[in-house]
Amino acid sequence: MCLAVPGKIVSILEEDEQAGWRSAKVDFGGVRKEVSLAFTPEAAIGDYVLVHVGFALSVVDEAEAQKIFETLREMEELAGEEERGP
Amino acid sequence: MKYLDEYRDAAPARQLAESLRRLVRRPWTIMEVCGGQTHTILKSGLEDLLPPEITLVHGPGCPVCVTPLELIDRAIALARLPEVIFCSFGDMLRVPGSRGSLLEAKAGGADVRIVYSPLDALKLARANPARQVVFFAVGFETTAPANAAVVWEAERQGIANFSILVAHVLVPPAMEAILSSSNHRIDAFLAAGHVCTVMGYEEYEPISRRYRVPMVVTGFEPLDLLEGIYMAVAQLESGRAEVENQYRRAVRREGNRPAQELIREVFEISPRKWRGIGEIPSSGLRLRERFRAFDAETRFRVAAAGVEEAAECIAGLVLQGLRKPRECSAFATRCTPERPLGAPMVSSEGACAAYYLYGRRQHDGVQPELSSGESGR
Repeated sequence: MCLAVPGKIVSILEEDEQAGWRSAKVDFGGVRKEVSLAFTPEAAIGDYVLVHVGFALSVVDEAEAQKIFETLREMEELAGEEERGP
Repeated sequence: MKYLDEYRDAAPARQLAESLRRLVRRPWTIMEVCGGQTHTILKSGLEDLLPPEITLVHGPGCPVCVTPLELIDRAIALARLPEVIFCSFGDMLRVPGSRGSLLEAKAGGADVRIVYSPLDALKLARANPARQVVFFAVGFETTAPANAAVVWEAERQGIANFSILVAHVLVPPAMEAILSSSNHRIDAFLAAGHVCTVMGYEEYEPISRRYRVPMVVTGFEPLDLLEGIYMAVAQLESGRAEVENQYRRAVRREGNRPAQELIREVFEISPRKWRGIGEIPSSGLRLRERFRAFDAETRFRVAAAGVEEAAECIAGLVLQGLRKPRECSAFATRCTPERPLGAPMVSSEGACAAYYLYGRRQHDGVQPELSSGESGR
């Protein structure tokens, strides 16, 4: 039920004047869907958003997304150094 | 797909598991709260990668599983009204009420429709002004902003033939209910990442301090879960009990403020009964007075008779992490996804369904699904 899927904003659709909420076309690995940006007013074309039941809940932070892989590389290098000894 | 595939890669998962083996000294029991995380754990075979000191228990984070029986019965009664188009997420359709499910009601002629978003239900109401469209608003904090938005929109556009049947539950009160019971065995929590995308994690900080339990906000892919477990064990081994955030690419400490504001405008906190667990104070949402006209329970007076669960079902114990699905005498025999005794066997997030779908397969010697070009373990 709490499933949310990341997708890339390919275009912003016209604003609903009365509600003031934007929607966007979002690409999920080739499948495109209309998504409400009511809760992510900062989202722009090219951003990845996390989408749950038709609403974007969060803009994915690219720098943070890479950190786990950087940490793992550092751990690997550290383990290599330990094996080689001081 | 970006932000999914790289977190399912087997090589970094093994590397993380190896680091975890070097880190762990003592036995620890960790509960993942969300049913989506339970399914990732079983589907990717993560438990086999973990050192034997670590036991994972599965939490109550399956909204479909905790929706009370009488509310399912009420949904079915509403769906049977001739003027009603009853809309629901697909998950709810096979959940057994006391006499059948929504799917059986549909087979019997009720107009029950599966929707992907509550926005679809609102569109149906606009397109069918002579009918009454009722949406089954089930979910945790993750789904609350969407359901708040459609009620807010229905009021703004004056869509009078739209209403929602509210079954909204909140995660922190359930975690606190589990921690305050004397027989719990949980050393640390993996908090549900998408709930925190909306709510942030400030509200977990006092609970973590009060019960001295580490909580790590965790994502849904295998690497997320392994890193979340690693962070929880690092806290446990060093005697810390704090709230940390593994799911940094999606969750900020303060959460999503516009979403929280709309939830607060449309809903208010209320006591809520959890199927299998009982009533938990301040653990649910109901529509505020201003939006009460959109409450299906106010609009249609359908009574639900007093009902009882199947005596054999231990869903309540499973949902509190006190028993594993395999410890149930009916598991995979008298209770299967096709003929479920309880909701956790039905839902795509239920723990019993996860063990049935993936756990049995591993026993049959089939490889779990961590992606890898190598020959696997």
